[in-house]
Amino acid sequence: MTNPIAPTTNRTETGVNPPPTSPNHLKPSQRMKIPRQQAIEQAAGERVRNFTEVSLGMNEELALQEAARCLECKDPLCIDGCPVSVNILDFIRLIMKKDYIGAVNKIRETNYLPAICGRVCPQESQCEAVCTLGMKHDPVSIGKLERFVADFEREVGLFTPPDIPVRRDEKVAIVGSGPSGLTCAAELAKMGYQVTVFEALHAVGGVLRYGIPEFRLPRDILDLETERIKALGVTIQTNFVVGRTATIDELFDEWGFKAAFLGTGAGTPNFLGIPGESLSGVYSANEFLTRVNLMKAYKFPDHDTPIRIGTQIAVIGGGNTAMDAVRTAKRLGAEKAYLVYRRSRKEIPAREEEIHHAEQEGIEFVLLTNPTRIIGDERSWVKALECQRMDLGEPDSSGRRRPVRVPRSEFLLEVQTVIEAIGQKPNPIIQASTPGLDTSNRGTVIVDEKQLTSRKGVFAGGDLARGGATVILAMRDGRLAAQSIDHYLNPADEAASSSTSLQ
Amino acid sequence: MPVKPKALPMYTIVSRRLLAESIARFEIYAPLIAKKRKPGNFVMVRAVENGERIPLTLVDSDVERGTITLIVQAVGKSTKYLLTLYAGDQLLDVVGPLGNSTPLTEGKNVVCIGGGVGTAELLPITRGLKEKENRIHTIIGGRTRELVILEDEMRACSDNVHVTTDDGSYGRRGTVVDQLNDLINSGETLDAVYAIGPLPMMKAVANATRASGLKTCVSMNALMVDGTGMCGGCRVSVGGEMKFACVDGPEFDGHTVDFDELMLRNRTYSDLEKMADCRL
Repeated sequence: MTNPIAPTTNRTETGVNPPPTSPNHLKPSQRMKIPRQQAIEQAAGERVRNFTEVSLGMNEELALQEAARCLECKDPLCIDGCPVSVNILDFIRLIMKKDYIGAVNKIRETNYLPAICGRVCPQESQCEAVCTLGMKHDPVSIGKLERFVADFEREVGLFTPPDIPVRRDEKVAIVGSGPSGLTCAAELAKMGYQVTVFEALHAVGGVLRYGIPEFRLPRDILDLETERIKALGVTIQTNFVVGRTATIDELFDEWGFKAAFLGTGAGTPNFLGIPGESLSGVYSANEFLTRVNLMKAYKFPDHDTPIRIGTQIAVIGGGNTAMDAVRTAKRLGAEKAYLVYRRSRKEIPAREEEIHHAEQEGIEFVLLTNPTRIIGDERSWVKALECQRMDLGEPDSSGRRRPVRVPRSEFLLEVQTVIEAIGQKPNPIIQASTPGLDTSNRGTVIVDEKQLTSRKGVFAGGDLARGGATVILAMRDGRLAAQSIDHYLNPADEAASSSTSLQ
Repeated sequence: MPVKPKALPMYTIVSRRLLAESIARFEIYAPLIAKKRKPGNFVMVRAVENGERIPLTLVDSDVERGTITLIVQAVGKSTKYLLTLYAGDQLLDVVGPLGNSTPLTEGKNVVCIGGGVGTAELLPITRGLKEKENRIHTIIGGRTRELVILEDEMRACSDNVHVTTDDGSYGRRGTVVDQLNDLINSGETLDAVYAIGPLPMMKAVANATRASGLKTCVSMNALMVDGTGMCGGCRVSVGGEMKFACVDGPEFDGHTVDFDELMLRNRTYSDLEKMADCRL
């Protein structure tokens, strides 16, 4: 019997998991001649005036052309490049055969959120970075193909939840409904466990809901993926702050949970600590994005939560959150939207696609620049950001060249809104309310290679353990934790079943 | 007639009573929150789909009936909407209990000061102090007689109660600070002050106790979006350090809080709030 959750990493054992034979009759040299197909996009001038999705994905014709580029390597490196080991080769072959539902189900074997990953995963640094075709040509657009099959399934409405062969009595609590929690929940539900996800906010998705803007991840996509997790029998309890509404110990002792996964993310914003941060018009990117994404402040006053944006705004930082914030501000009507970053264009940590989109949308990059002070007017509102020019010195421990202050280079940027997107750290509520849960000096929960914390039966992953990473790495942790929880709750089965470890 | 809270849908309003023209007391079915509530805790409430999340102090709870008590003063669009609700209506979202519980002294001589609807937030703290056998001098005040609320409840858990009104329509004409100064000057040995009310009132109380170093605990009602430490909108400067009212507070040492800064920040949306309000 094949285990439905086992990743198909053992690709050489064709007898165990026979790959579909290639329907592509093109020779490798012919495949290499096909240019990388580009997804359809909303024009920049148009999209800066709305919150609908920037990339419209690929249509069937483009997807088939793109799939035909795949060299179908005997030893496909792309699968190793994927943190959750999606069987990319098999799913692309299924696209070639026009079996799009088969393709999305193939992805869902190891990744239960394909419509989300097809949109927000940094494929260029993962699967596509190691694509053999990419060594001499452009890599296969794996992310866009993933998105295509997920969107196809949604449009034709052919989703069927996977079979759950075994039913298990053990209750597992998942804390947080972000990418790690949802993935862990889905994997455990597929194994037959009784899973409840506890979410502090009134809506499901964690950072996918409050952080990532609708123009990158439409809310109906997120809602649909959530419904599909519920279709596995997962209970989602919103308005429940674990640590406050009930503690981990209470969930074990009074609610009957046998194991818990903590995936509460890194939701507490950092501030620079420069003068003027208490002025009106200064936001953390978290607050700014939460007001817009979760509370729909862009629809004020039809929605009650207000947002205030000047005609000139500055976002401080260079990560994906900074890109999201600055592009959101532009859509809210900012005439000048600056991204202030202390290193050069080359070091910006955001995804290349996001940087490119931001540039297209007229975001002004103020590079090699460090903010030193926020200046207010007589009503205590922001009127300018004082900055200093930077130079790049020797590389630091991260390998990036360290920014060095240029003396007497101060200048003023006239803005009415300042948004700080300089990183987040884990929310302290869980740690403070769970005795014996070891944390690092950065506030992250310490886990071993199986995602186990210092507390028996308590596992953790995603940004809570990593301190700030990507959606897909959070999903990888959630998936690994689900397997560890299974081993923890039913160790006897471990020997019986075949290898189910990730690597 | 109050609705019987047996197997009700979550966040059903069980009872509603007007305390003043613009202030109402609600009992809401929320058994999990009721079970965990401690003095000083608050909840975030989102009444309707397009509504804001607003922080409201947990005034009381009844574990048996599974209810929590909230007291709401109609000031903005969301709170005005809440006052249009009656027993049997349902709130969409209520989450909590949030914030740290108030550290309560034991067997001391303390002053509890409530201004306006702040008295509602003070009541559970005063009750907690009473349980810990403190001697309690209570001062409650309001602009006018109508806005002096919960006098009977405060009397029930205080050793003595003084009432002040700005216009002299009830109790002493003056402010709670005038009464506090008299108490300080009376030679009574006081150990701590708990003050909750409008920011200017708490600032004045903190200024009155600063010279003598009388420990003064104040509650920061800052702007919040999530209430769980995520947005940073509720940041306040305490002793020169940035704190979040939702997870580090809501109570802080009144002598180290920067009241002026918070008063200015709290005005950020005042014109937009007026605009939303006009559309009610």
